[in-house]
Amino acid sequence: MKQSKFPFILTIIVLIFFWLPIIILMFNSFNASRFGSVWGGFTLKWYDRLFSDSNVWRSVQNTAIVTIVSTAVSLVIGSLAGFALHRYKSKFQKVHMGLIWVPLVIPDILMGMSLLLFFISIKVPLGLFTIILGHITFCISYVAVTILARLQDFDYTIVEAARDLGARGWTLFRKIYIPLLTPGLLAGAMLSITLSLDDFIITFFTAGPGSSTLPLQIYSMIKFGTPPVINALSTLFLMLTFLLAIIYQRLSRRNS
Amino acid sequence: MKISRINTEEKLITFPSFFWLLLFFLIPTLLVVLISFCTADPYGNIGKGFSLSAYSEIINISFLILVLRTIKLSIFTTVICLSIGIPVAYAMARMEKRWQQNFMLLVIIPFWTNFLIRIYAWKIILHPEGFLKQFLVFIKLVPESASLLYNEGAVLLVLVYTYLPFAILPLYSAAEKFDFQLLEAARDLGSSSIRSFIKIFLPGISVGIVSAIMVVFIPALGTYIIPDMVGGPNSEMLGNKIAQRVFTDRHLPKGSALSTILILAFVIPPLIQLIIRKTKKTSKNSPMGVLSK
Repeated sequence: MKQSKFPFILTIIVLIFFWLPIIILMFNSFNASRFGSVWGGFTLKWYDRLFSDSNVWRSVQNTAIVTIVSTAVSLVIGSLAGFALHRYKSKFQKVHMGLIWVPLVIPDILMGMSLLLFFISIKVPLGLFTIILGHITFCISYVAVTILARLQDFDYTIVEAARDLGARGWTLFRKIYIPLLTPGLLAGAMLSITLSLDDFIITFFTAGPGSSTLPLQIYSMIKFGTPPVINALSTLFLMLTFLLAIIYQRLSRRNS
Repeated sequence: MKISRINTEEKLITFPSFFWLLLFFLIPTLLVVLISFCTADPYGNIGKGFSLSAYSEIINISFLILVLRTIKLSIFTTVICLSIGIPVAYAMARMEKRWQQNFMLLVIIPFWTNFLIRIYAWKIILHPEGFLKQFLVFIKLVPESASLLYNEGAVLLVLVYTYLPFAILPLYSAAEKFDFQLLEAARDLGSSSIRSFIKIFLPGISVGIVSAIMVVFIPALGTYIIPDMVGGPNSEMLGNKIAQRVFTDRHLPKGSALSTILILAFVIPPLIQLIIRKTKKTSKNSPMGVLSK
């Protein structure tokens, strides 16, 4: 059977298009020349300069706090939401589903803007606390949708068997639901971590003085700083996301 | 007795997310609309009175140009993403299962990197001292004085780079379920390959196409960082104006008025869709269903 080669060739070109900028960036983090166009020899000086930058370290700490707290909270709230959506089919849940869904499709700038105005109106000072509240808000929806998808292939006969054997309430939850749902919970947590680590716009709108996270730091370095240091920072950041991506992939593959 | 117990349980597990999203999503969004009708005091806070003055800048030719540019760039991005994404989805769906998974990973992994870093990578490539510019000048495709950065072309390129994977995902998952024997049957019956591609394959993946349009067009409308970083003063989009009003001018009602326009852009199309669906009553597959997978 004769098939056009065009779609396949286009796919290869698209993959090159996707990967090229990232590979160039990584190479440049070891480039002694300030500009990417010429190779000035191998160097680690940009990494050296990065590690001695105290602003970067403060932003790494802030990022860690924001990511850990918002993932923990959104995991609990989001899982309960996914559970409720799966279990009940009432009118109330339809409204609930809408509330979960809309944040997934609106642009970040609207959520950032609305949270900023909300915090200003109720006179909450902007800072790490407001950033965390914002991150929880958008992570809940993603966790809920992930958990809901996992629950769709959940084997209820096991729950029924446990009920027949007398398991109720908390025991049922702890002994049956939690172990069966662990892969889903981990996938939800990983998704929430990656989203929280990556978020710029909502953080930008809800941040106050001294609460820069790593993406905000990267932004100000791109706008006002020394480019090669960003290359080094980006490469490290890439490594971290790749690592998380691999873990996430493993988890979701094991589950399926 | 039993029903009431289930009801309390339902309320109990629904309450946290429901309350949270009500407080931190729905109320703040309504607040944006409310504040757009307020006045601003000289200190950058929200004033006491109500007025329509924040909307005054909207009745302005330069704002109209900005909105048209935002819509134009979003449509271009969507069209380009579809015309690249559909053949890619087709090619991937026809591969062996093992290869399909590997290619999918190759598509997704670059986009697990930080959004800003990806845009910055393009800034380096398009930089006047960067190799792409040097190369294009060398092969005499562009003059020495041309700038690859800070124009609409650069914004469009990075928009496509950012949203193409989001288009490929739903297109691929629709194409994967497509029965390719239909194309062979069409060929046996004498249809040309282009004709059967258009008449059979495209309708077959229509659910994927609708989702792809939604996940590209909607975020593109609200994009802010891309024109901020690779665009110039003549390639600003609606998102830039909102950020400018909030952070540079500190005029919150004006920022809110612009955001309200954006909110309307999201409320009106689904409403129209809903009305059409209510009148037709032929809802089979909503695009949301594909997005949730």
